[in-house]
Amino acid sequence: MVKSTTKDAQDLFRSLRSAYVATPTNLKLIDMYVCFAVFTALIQVAYMALVGSFPFNSFLSGVLSCIGTAVLAVCLRIQVNKENKEFKDLAPERAFADFVLCNIVLHLIIINFLG
Amino acid sequence: MAALESPQPATATAMRHAFGNVLSVLILVLIGVLAFSIRLFSVIKYESVIHEFDPYFNYRVTQFLSKNGIYEFWNWFDDRTWYPLGRVIGGTVYPGLTLTAGTIWWVLNSLNIPLSVETVCVFTAPVFSAFASWATYLLTKEVKGSGAGLAAAALLAMVPSYISRSVAGSYDNEAVAIFALIFTFYLYIKTLNTGSLFYATLNALAYFYMVCSWGGYTFIINLIPMHVLLCIVTGRYSPRLYIAYAPLVVLGTLLAALVPVVGFNAVLTSEHFASFLVFIIIHVVALVYYIKGILTPKMFKVAVTLVVSIGMVVCLIVVAILVALVASSPTGGWSGRSLSLLDPTYASKYIPIIASVSEHQPPTWPSYFMDINVLAFLVPAGIIACFSPLSDSSSFVVLYIVMSVYFSGVMVRLMLVLAPAACIMSGIALSQAFDVFTGSIKYQLGGSSNSADDAEDTNNAPKDDAAAGKTDKGEETVKERSSKKGKKKEREPVEKPSIKSKIKKKALVLPLEASIVALLLLIMLGAFYVIHCVWAAAEAYSAPSIVLTSQSRDGLHVFDDFRESYAWLSHNTDVDDKVASWWDYGYQTTAMANRTVIVDNNTWNNTHIATVGTAMSSPEKAAWEIFNSLDVKYVLVVFGGLIGYPSDDINKFLWMVRIGGGVFPHIKEADYLRDGQYRIDSEATPTMLNCLMYKLSYYRFVETDGKGYDRVRRTEIGKKNFKLTHFEEVFTSHHWMVRIYKLKPARNRIRGKAKKLKSKTSSGWSSKSAKKNPWI
Repeated sequence: MVKSTTKDAQDLFRSLRSAYVATPTNLKLIDMYVCFAVFTALIQVAYMALVGSFPFNSFLSGVLSCIGTAVLAVCLRIQVNKENKEFKDLAPERAFADFVLCNIVLHLIIINFLG
Repeated sequence: MAALESPQPATATAMRHAFGNVLSVLILVLIGVLAFSIRLFSVIKYESVIHEFDPYFNYRVTQFLSKNGIYEFWNWFDDRTWYPLGRVIGGTVYPGLTLTAGTIWWVLNSLNIPLSVETVCVFTAPVFSAFASWATYLLTKEVKGSGAGLAAAALLAMVPSYISRSVAGSYDNEAVAIFALIFTFYLYIKTLNTGSLFYATLNALAYFYMVCSWGGYTFIINLIPMHVLLCIVTGRYSPRLYIAYAPLVVLGTLLAALVPVVGFNAVLTSEHFASFLVFIIIHVVALVYYIKGILTPKMFKVAVTLVVSIGMVVCLIVVAILVALVASSPTGGWSGRSLSLLDPTYASKYIPIIASVSEHQPPTWPSYFMDINVLAFLVPAGIIACFSPLSDSSSFVVLYIVMSVYFSGVMVRLMLVLAPAACIMSGIALSQAFDVFTGSIKYQLGGSSNSADDAEDTNNAPKDDAAAGKTDKGEETVKERSSKKGKKKEREPVEKPSIKSKIKKKALVLPLEASIVALLLLIMLGAFYVIHCVWAAAEAYSAPSIVLTSQSRDGLHVFDDFRESYAWLSHNTDVDDKVASWWDYGYQTTAMANRTVIVDNNTWNNTHIATVGTAMSSPEKAAWEIFNSLDVKYVLVVFGGLIGYPSDDINKFLWMVRIGGGVFPHIKEADYLRDGQYRIDSEATPTMLNCLMYKLSYYRFVETDGKGYDRVRRTEIGKKNFKLTHFEEVFTSHHWMVRIYKLKPARNRIRGKAKKLKSKTSSGWSSKSAKKNPWI
């Protein structure tokens, strides 16, 4: 039972990796950015767990800025992905412009809230 | 022939579209004018004055903002209320309304249009109600099309429930908050329909404006996650849903935390947890869909079994932590007001102040008919129309109306949130009904154009014989009817029509007379609605409640006692004198009389209010002690017994007893009731007849008619001739509605037992002199 489970797990990982390798480079770039942002957020949470949460607004704005850019990058990936039928008539430049605009708004809020 | 024909229909449809657009714009402008003008009844009947109680506070804050600028306003600590505690206005007020009106005033003044702050404040609400009807048009257009949008906008411009909180002069948070609510929902639906990140950004900004404006923003931040969850559960997950929801949560939480009133509550209180929970859920669902997309079905099954087994364990751990966190706070993390929404009996058991506000009571059935009138019938029809076909946006409005019906059933003040939902639903229902009826009429009357269409589609002719047979029958009955009426032109012989949609269209066709009669009835329904709305706006909701009127035999009688007494206060007392009254009148006293008050309508400190309540319920000596310890100079009571004004302090007195008794146990409600009944006549209890409120209300009342007949309680008063020992009357207004008393200063000579106490204490001028009782 366990052996079949581990074999299944290995099969799963292999198929996941092979499927992922096939994605285009620009999408992989966005994925790396998302992972970087989430990783930064995790570092901040670990730091807060060590040092305490004062000042709380700085902690909140730091973590939420990382999560925010990650979410916006995922939205960009959705809109730029050629396989998504719903967005086939959306120019990738427009998607990127929206992404930049939303990030500007996000970071204005962050800077205001950072204290 | 074909080449010549095709530009013609193209320009014809273009012309029709252009004409339709112009007509829509014209109708929208008229709707805006209607929304503005129907709210002007109070300005015409009375004057351009601010109504009620809360708007006076907002007006005072706006005056401060316009005089001192935004930095002073943001950091304002007000020491003229809640003496001696003060109130941090910058941190406890929702700034949206005051900033909006302040901006409008500043813009107009910089354009050299010299409107006063009061005028801008009075007319802010009607202007924003025009904006709200346009926002309703946009929202309903996204759900069902522009016809429904126009109907919904017209209905919202007039719905009495919204008029009641946004007449000219009702300068309260809801005036701009309802516009922000509808606009936020519109942008959410627009993002959901288009999947554009630009609209998602605008949605977050509109949500920010809503958070600035009203505490009811928690409705949005719980309704949208509920809708996302509903979409996920019904299998309607799509990337557009992710784009509509995820940025809103992150940006929205940050923006909500920016507003000082909300601050860290945006991440710490239970009102926001639903949004975080659904945020996690939507990420899980998005990941699942992504993996499903890149794996084969067999591997996906393997993945599912693996993940479910591991994920279950992790989930249980996380849930256990969350439950422990939430259970550790006594209210489970909810604030008192939200908890009283979820459990309607909570407030009456634990927080008498919330229970005592009349707006927080559940509504009665007639109030539904009064407030949304005909829409109450149209809403179920609209819900059915939303299901055919069901789209993301129509499921949202269905959820919106269900939730708002529940909450309006808990608290009558939330009927206001029901009004836009009811208008949207009714607009959809009306538009669908008009579509069907006018379509039937057009079809019945336009026989020749129909057969021209038939001529084009003969290729499928041989197939549907049975269908043709059915349609033949349908057309024959139609022909009979039209010939009966003696109307029409000859119908051309029936070609085999044979398009399925033709059959469907014919199935929707109603007979001609039925359609015409139904159209007329619908128009009459609309007429009744309009008549009711105008009546409600003119008669029921336009009273400024600071000026009262009554019709008598010799014409209109105006009672302007409130403003008379506030003016007396501001002219005849020192600037630093403190005035004590029940909390209802706090805002008006600080705004109009410009004097420091002890408690006001913000009711943030229950103990302070209980202190004032205890003082009003105690005998004169004890009350003097309490008021003296608070540095009070004047006491203000409102008395309606002479003219029959029912909202006076004697009618509110039992609430004073309850709230005071909640903090000071020596005040017991049963002491003031005779056999469970609240009376002030000769059968009243001695505690009642000796308490300060009774004495201050009825002092010298017997001089008015010799018998002391109280027109509100409809009896003669119990104790008629008495003197006041610790207070002196300084002002009674024209109709005895407001009575102001001054605290008599402590006596200089002390006789009797107190001499011994005095010799014991060290000095007479120490602060202990307040505790020493000079009245023995």
